[in-house]
Amino acid sequence: MEETKAVEHAHPTAGTYLRVAAILTVLTVIEVGVFYVPAFHPFLAPVLLFLSAVKFAIVVMFYMHLKMDSRFFTLVFGGPLLLASAVMLGLLFLYGVLTLGH
Amino acid sequence: MSHAATTHHTSMGLDSRKMAFWAFIGSECLLFGTLISTYLIYQGRSVSGPTPGEILNIPVTSISTFDLLMSSLWMVLALAAVQRGDMKWAKVWLLGVAIGGAIFLGFQVYEFTSFVHEGLTLKTNLFGATFFVLTGTHGAHVTVGVLWMLTLWYRAMRGKLGPQHAVTVEIAGLYWHFVDVVWIAIFTLVYLLHK
Amino acid sequence: MSEAKGLKSWLTTTDHKRIGLLYFWTAFVFFLIGGVEALMIRAQLARPDSQLVGAETYNQLFTMHGTTMVFLALMPLGAAFFNFIVPLQIGARDVVFPRLNAFSYWVFLLGGLFMNASWFLPGHPAPDGGWFGYATLTERQFSPGPNIDFWLLGLQILGIASLAAGFNFIVTILNLRAPGMKMMRLPVFSWMTLVTSFLIITAFPVITVALVFLMFDRVFGTHFYLPAAGGDPVLWQHLFWVFGHPEVYILILPAMGVVSEVLPTFSRKPLFGYTVVVYSGVLIGFMGWGVWSHHMFSVGLGPIADSVFALTTMLIAIPTGVKIFNWLATLWGGQIRLTTAMCFALGFIALFTIGGLSGITHASPPADLQQTDTYYVVAHFHYVLFGGTIMGLFAGMYYWWPKMTGRLLSEPLGILHFWLTFIGMNLTFFPMHLIGLLGMPRRIYTYSTDLGLDRMNLWSSIGAFTIGLGMVVFVYNMWRTRRHGAVAGPNPWGGATLEWATSSPPPVHNFDVIPTVTSRMPLWDAQPPAKAPAEPVHVPPGSWWPLVAAAGLPVMALAPLTHTVWIVFVGAAILLYGIYRWAYEPFEV
Repeated sequence: MEETKAVEHAHPTAGTYLRVAAILTVLTVIEVGVFYVPAFHPFLAPVLLFLSAVKFAIVVMFYMHLKMDSRFFTLVFGGPLLLASAVMLGLLFLYGVLTLGH
Repeated sequence: MSHAATTHHTSMGLDSRKMAFWAFIGSECLLFGTLISTYLIYQGRSVSGPTPGEILNIPVTSISTFDLLMSSLWMVLALAAVQRGDMKWAKVWLLGVAIGGAIFLGFQVYEFTSFVHEGLTLKTNLFGATFFVLTGTHGAHVTVGVLWMLTLWYRAMRGKLGPQHAVTVEIAGLYWHFVDVVWIAIFTLVYLLHK
Repeated sequence: MSEAKGLKSWLTTTDHKRIGLLYFWTAFVFFLIGGVEALMIRAQLARPDSQLVGAETYNQLFTMHGTTMVFLALMPLGAAFFNFIVPLQIGARDVVFPRLNAFSYWVFLLGGLFMNASWFLPGHPAPDGGWFGYATLTERQFSPGPNIDFWLLGLQILGIASLAAGFNFIVTILNLRAPGMKMMRLPVFSWMTLVTSFLIITAFPVITVALVFLMFDRVFGTHFYLPAAGGDPVLWQHLFWVFGHPEVYILILPAMGVVSEVLPTFSRKPLFGYTVVVYSGVLIGFMGWGVWSHHMFSVGLGPIADSVFALTTMLIAIPTGVKIFNWLATLWGGQIRLTTAMCFALGFIALFTIGGLSGITHASPPADLQQTDTYYVVAHFHYVLFGGTIMGLFAGMYYWWPKMTGRLLSEPLGILHFWLTFIGMNLTFFPMHLIGLLGMPRRIYTYSTDLGLDRMNLWSSIGAFTIGLGMVVFVYNMWRTRRHGAVAGPNPWGGATLEWATSSPPPVHNFDVIPTVTSRMPLWDAQPPAKAPAEPVHVPPGSWWPLVAAAGLPVMALAPLTHTVWIVFVGAAILLYGIYRWAYEPFEV
């Protein structure tokens, strides 16, 4: 089915894609690096979670084009993603994997 | 034919296939979310058998992770090629994605078989069960993706794929990137943050 | 304009109206089967110490009654209306993905047949672990036979049908609305279909994973739910109810949508508080995700978990109650016509409210400790699922029958059906509140006269057979209407929404001209558009590939059942081949 009027925007150039790939590589290297450097171990979880969240976000926004596409797609993906995260957090709290305090 | 304005009208001005696929990806978040939650709940609860620290191979998995990340690059380049009608490069990149995925699967097969040799199977303990089902489900998704890419590459080779099919290639890309993104989560939570 | 006839045209149909009819008839047959299972349960429980059916058969009966009613009757009856009515209500010619639609139906049929095939094997190993399949009872150690395998495989197949339909209807409702049909002009039934579809696509993956874990435990020796290796049987309960609670909203929202259409039509008044009713439906959908452990108050989750879920459960009563008040306000001052559809809709309001009240009492963990696993709970959920969903679906049947078949069901027979159902339902389920609180446990195949509950159990059983009688009347009505029913015009009830703007049944292309919509009640606020001179409207062809692809799934399911691995690959090959041909066949919508 064709669009009568598509809400598409100019696609990123190959340059943008390569830049994203470079950032992904660097972030992965940092992640693995942090993993191996003992000094970072107290902050391992938050740092790694943050870095992988960034990787997740840039793949979704740029490779999956979500940033440039209709806000509606962000909703259709973001809603269930949020739901999945909330259910996951709920289960982790119920099982004591995550706790508030101490 | 006067049906153009009526049958091709879309209320939101968005491609229906893309909309459906984003909904599907949303649904998959719940699937992998449940698998990952179970993995995390059962972490450290195995009564016996190999533990993640003993058996996971971070360096090797880092390489396969990098391979999967790069395959996402080939995917966007494939899409860009299809969009501009450059089918020669489209074929190259599409095959590249398939190969990248196959390499990832190769690493996974290697990993699974070496784990079995080291005494970790589905039955051994909770780590074995949750690890193999989570990463196995992901691997099954990669496999479907590789088949999908090979199908597109094959159609391109037969001259049956062109810029008019760009949306279908884009959707294949959405699938591929999503599978990649799930791996980003798994690599961090299972491998790097193992107990 | 002539529509293809014959078996092939039905096997390859991609027309939402035909698919809707297929769903309806298949689901109705399963509904009757589930009803027979219920009658056998009630026949067994009519007397204490009865040996009409043994314990094992009894377990199969209540398991299959529940599983059949939830997954093979109530959900697909809703789907029948989603299919037939929603595209008409939004002014479209079909759903966005007609072949995916057909695929959903065939997978549903095959999944239902797969699960029920168990009745016909030697020893009739039908599923017997309850519709909720709690571990560790459902593990291989305590359920060595194939019963549970039929259950978990059948449900996985059915899940795929539901998911596919969910995606289809979301995109259809969002993207195929007629010009001018803004979201806040959408009929409430279509809105509820949209919310239900979002619930389906988010909840079903969770139960899929839960079932896969159980399957792996049973087939591959994992220990997902087995304590000996550190696994937790309660994890099953969490995962099942994370799915299960949204599932009950999947079951009720469509019926609420039907009621929201029927009441205004037969009150000759617009729905009171349309915006609030829509937002309440959306809110119920969201909030339904936050209450699941209220099914687990007796498990020992601890005071914090219990309190949190008690609170969320009480809160969800608010949007629910809001809807009830809006329905009542719709009736107030209206010109009420007590057609059968209207009677069922009114019955819904009364009975669902009673079910909601017992539901509120469950929200308190201390109270629930007394109620759980007793017949009080059985009373609650039958008031909401029978008094609610089923009454709502019958309202939909009587309301939309003329649109779907071109004939009106007999009203006198309909009223008889209504009263037999209404009286029978209350006779069956009201006493269960009492016997539950007086100590009658669920899921027991017989009971001692010492409980002192003989008389009330007998009343329940008499009530059940009264319901059965009502169903006989309905079946007779359906059969009689085929030849003797009054022929229906486009809008026999004077409804306001677009499905009434075309003939009964509609032509294959639904509308000669897609209407432009300027209000929420297009037929009440404007004249229907004048018929343009007939010009050929393209209608997509049929296709074999949805059926072929669907067939791959039960073949795959045979593998764990027969303990042969290679069958999985055969089934997968059928599925993939079907999908490949489907993807690349010429198909213009």
